[in-house]
Amino acid sequence: MMLACLILIPLIAGALAWAAARWSASAARWIALLAMLADFALALSLWISNYHAGFATWYAQGDWPWITQFGIRFHLAIDGLSLLLLMLTFFLGALSVVVSWTEITDEVGFFHLNLLWILTGIAGVFLAVNLFLFYFAWELMLVPMYFLIAIWGHENRVYAAVKFFIFTQLSGLLMLIAILALFFLHHNATGIYSFEYQDLLGTAMSPSAEMWIMLGFFVAFAVKLPVVVLHTWLPDAHTEAPTAGSVILAGLLLKTGAYGMLRFILPLFPHAARAFAPIAMALGVAGILYGALLAFGQTDLKRLVAYTSVSHLGFVLLGIFVWNSLALQGALMTMICHGISTGALFILVGALQERIHTREMDRMGGIWSTAPRLSGAALFFALASLGLPGLGDFVGEFLVLLGAYRQSIVLAALAAIGVLFATFYALRLVQRAFHGPNTHEWRIRDLVPREGLVIGLMIAALLWLGLYPRPVLDTFRPTMARLEQLAPGR
Amino acid sequence: MKVAGSDCLALLPLVILAATSIAVMVGVAIRRSHALSASLTFAGLAISFGSLWIAAPQLPRQVTPLLTIDQYALFYIGLIVAASMVFVLLAYGYIEKFEGDHDELYILMLVATLGSAVLVASSHFVSLFLGLELLSVSLYAMIAYPRRRPLPLEAGIKYLVLAAVSAAFLLFGMALIYGALGTMEFRGIAAQLAHPGFDRWLVLPGTALIVTGFGFKLAVVPFHLWTPDVYEGAPAPVTAYIATVSKGAMFALLLRYFYQTGANRQAPLFLVFSAIAIASMFAGNILALLQNNVKRILAYSSIAHLGYLLVAFLASGDLAPTAGAFYLVAYFVTTLGAFGVVGVLSDNTKDADSLEAYQGLFWSRPVLAAVFTAMLFSLAGIPVTAGFIGKFYVVAAGASAALWSLVIILVTTSAIGLFYYLRIVVVLYAKGKHAKVGPAITAPGTLALIVLTAALVFLGLFPQPLLALIRNLALI
Repeated sequence: MMLACLILIPLIAGALAWAAARWSASAARWIALLAMLADFALALSLWISNYHAGFATWYAQGDWPWITQFGIRFHLAIDGLSLLLLMLTFFLGALSVVVSWTEITDEVGFFHLNLLWILTGIAGVFLAVNLFLFYFAWELMLVPMYFLIAIWGHENRVYAAVKFFIFTQLSGLLMLIAILALFFLHHNATGIYSFEYQDLLGTAMSPSAEMWIMLGFFVAFAVKLPVVVLHTWLPDAHTEAPTAGSVILAGLLLKTGAYGMLRFILPLFPHAARAFAPIAMALGVAGILYGALLAFGQTDLKRLVAYTSVSHLGFVLLGIFVWNSLALQGALMTMICHGISTGALFILVGALQERIHTREMDRMGGIWSTAPRLSGAALFFALASLGLPGLGDFVGEFLVLLGAYRQSIVLAALAAIGVLFATFYALRLVQRAFHGPNTHEWRIRDLVPREGLVIGLMIAALLWLGLYPRPVLDTFRPTMARLEQLAPGR
Repeated sequence: MKVAGSDCLALLPLVILAATSIAVMVGVAIRRSHALSASLTFAGLAISFGSLWIAAPQLPRQVTPLLTIDQYALFYIGLIVAASMVFVLLAYGYIEKFEGDHDELYILMLVATLGSAVLVASSHFVSLFLGLELLSVSLYAMIAYPRRRPLPLEAGIKYLVLAAVSAAFLLFGMALIYGALGTMEFRGIAAQLAHPGFDRWLVLPGTALIVTGFGFKLAVVPFHLWTPDVYEGAPAPVTAYIATVSKGAMFALLLRYFYQTGANRQAPLFLVFSAIAIASMFAGNILALLQNNVKRILAYSSIAHLGYLLVAFLASGDLAPTAGAFYLVAYFVTTLGAFGVVGVLSDNTKDADSLEAYQGLFWSRPVLAAVFTAMLFSLAGIPVTAGFIGKFYVVAAGASAALWSLVIILVTTSAIGLFYYLRIVVVLYAKGKHAKVGPAITAPGTLALIVLTAALVFLGLFPQPLLALIRNLALI
């Protein structure tokens, strides 16, 4: 029941916020914020209460029949992996409500409805252990995100929103075919209709069938992640979305792709995933280098940050398919830290855009002299992004590289070059936008306390993850160890 | 042939439909009142719907060689009658705005509904043709009902000519099959086809001509050319009626005819239907991209949807009749809802079919826009709507029969389809310029849209009751 609350709270609060906005816009904001805080507190209490018992298996479940003819159940469960991602979800969710406080002024109610319903869908993705429910939640994230971009986005919003929608919807439908193929294979083998994750594990299938079905899943997750070649929706969507939308896209939506790979591709199709691993790892490294190079070439601040996501998520893809426990832990660490550091960069860029109404770096410069707190925070997160030791991102990428080194020295070396590139784009960002003479004579307000609080929390989280990552690593280690045991040919 | 009392009970829904049309006609002769005719029609439909529960214990029953009243027939009769009830609610507000007589539309619609009900129950070429003509002839007049406007008249004539030609094709095909097999009963045809030795060169062209006749009514490629013009020209509620009742009855008949005679298991026919399905999915979705008129977009989208339905038809496993039935229910709800919104926004000079009429609708009439959005998302197959479960079901039917290429084409083309649904949605939510508010909505129209939206969401979240109902739609 507790798990169902995690989904129901934002769902209901979204509707309430819409209704409340008729009377008062700030009522809608407060409802949304309280819902997120309540969810975060629930997830936190789940974490703390189970911390000493360890996170060896599914430790909280909720299971209700739904469409029984097909073995479709409303079945939720969490383990260490999903719990951490849920906490990230509600953390960033609460922050995105706060950062939209002054940015969004029209149709406040409908905005918060969409915001909360995206988070409902994301929570559903992280909680579902029935493949139909998973697909349902997967699709559910799309529509409100589409509205968020299409209504409150920037200049080219409609194009970006439609592109985002079509990319994800088409790849999602391919995953639906794969899910159904798996479902019927399982039915043919056992005579039971079931979409249950536990039932479908270990379904007997021919190698070619396994490969095709695995690819169906992979395409859907690869679009979300994004994997290079399928990433083209990302810079547009991230750039055009309002700040809260960018934070959720980069911080959470991309993570659902990585989560899908960890939760479904590796356990359900171990042999096909192993056979496919070299290609996936190569794509990961290509993403690291390509994303970093393109980030270096951007003049639009938001687009720059968007491309750094492609680069960081390349590390995640590499780590997942290297498939040893070091790299897997690194991948998950990168997922969490990227969510925070990139989310923070989007918030800062958004704050800057709210003040100077541009995202072009050419029109900036010398911001430090007028807004030192904002600029200092940007420097901090740029350093996090380039992998400065002591901050969370470093732990993640370092672990991925360490794991990859055991698998392939060449790939590890190439990925390490990506870290070097990160230095270029991160320092260029800080230098062009914040340092130098204030040629445009900007006089802007520095971070207000509300923004300062958000950024302060994110800095604290990142420092904690960088300096004392053990609680987090402990939480998902059992899941990762199980995944490692699944790897064939060890 | 003697007709027993229990046969009459089984036929009760049809009898009540026929009686209602006579009652409304007599009512008009006594006193013309729009409200009276509409409520009489609605009451008759409701009684007919209620009588399904009287007919149900008599199943399955062969009433004369012409009609089979089984669960399958009864389910589709129920669906058709329910859709007709929604039509009455939508049409009331729509034609109230017109000067001239309103009552005849209801009589025509009742006859068309009777024809559709005969179609889904028919097990004989004679009843098939009878039902088809009852439906078609009424539709000619319904399409051209606003007779002072050029567009409906043009659409009516177009439909008249093409429907007459396609009926002739169908008739000729039946004649050829009768000539070859010596029977017009579906079951007799099945028995004859099971034994080789019939004249292939009569049966094959005969079947091809029948497919042509069916294809026209279903508006699948290459028999679809009339669809956009007729959809655009016909008054919005009538368009909804053509898109749902007429096509739905025809699809139910298609399933019954081909599954009962086993003709769909012949390789050439499978090939032909695959080609039709693929062409419909592609042409429907791609041509819809080029339209700027909401009714034409929905016309092409319906061509694509019939293509998806044909995938379920081709799957022909245990899942196929159920998948088809569920998809049709979802499609009925969605299409009625979408055209219902179009009808509500239309005034007495012109239907609200240009995209500009929807500019920023969400900001001026949020509820109406939200209903339209829900309908469009259902057509696109997005979760929480009935259309999602329907599409899921059709893909499942295709996957269970391992029709991978068809399923992948379905998925790819429906992604193309997203593009034009989103185009309308973008317009609905556009900020800045707002369209004029449009006429106020009447109470029956409000009721219809509420019921449809509730059904849409309910079926999308809790499909279980409907699935349990249609699960045993065995074809005898």
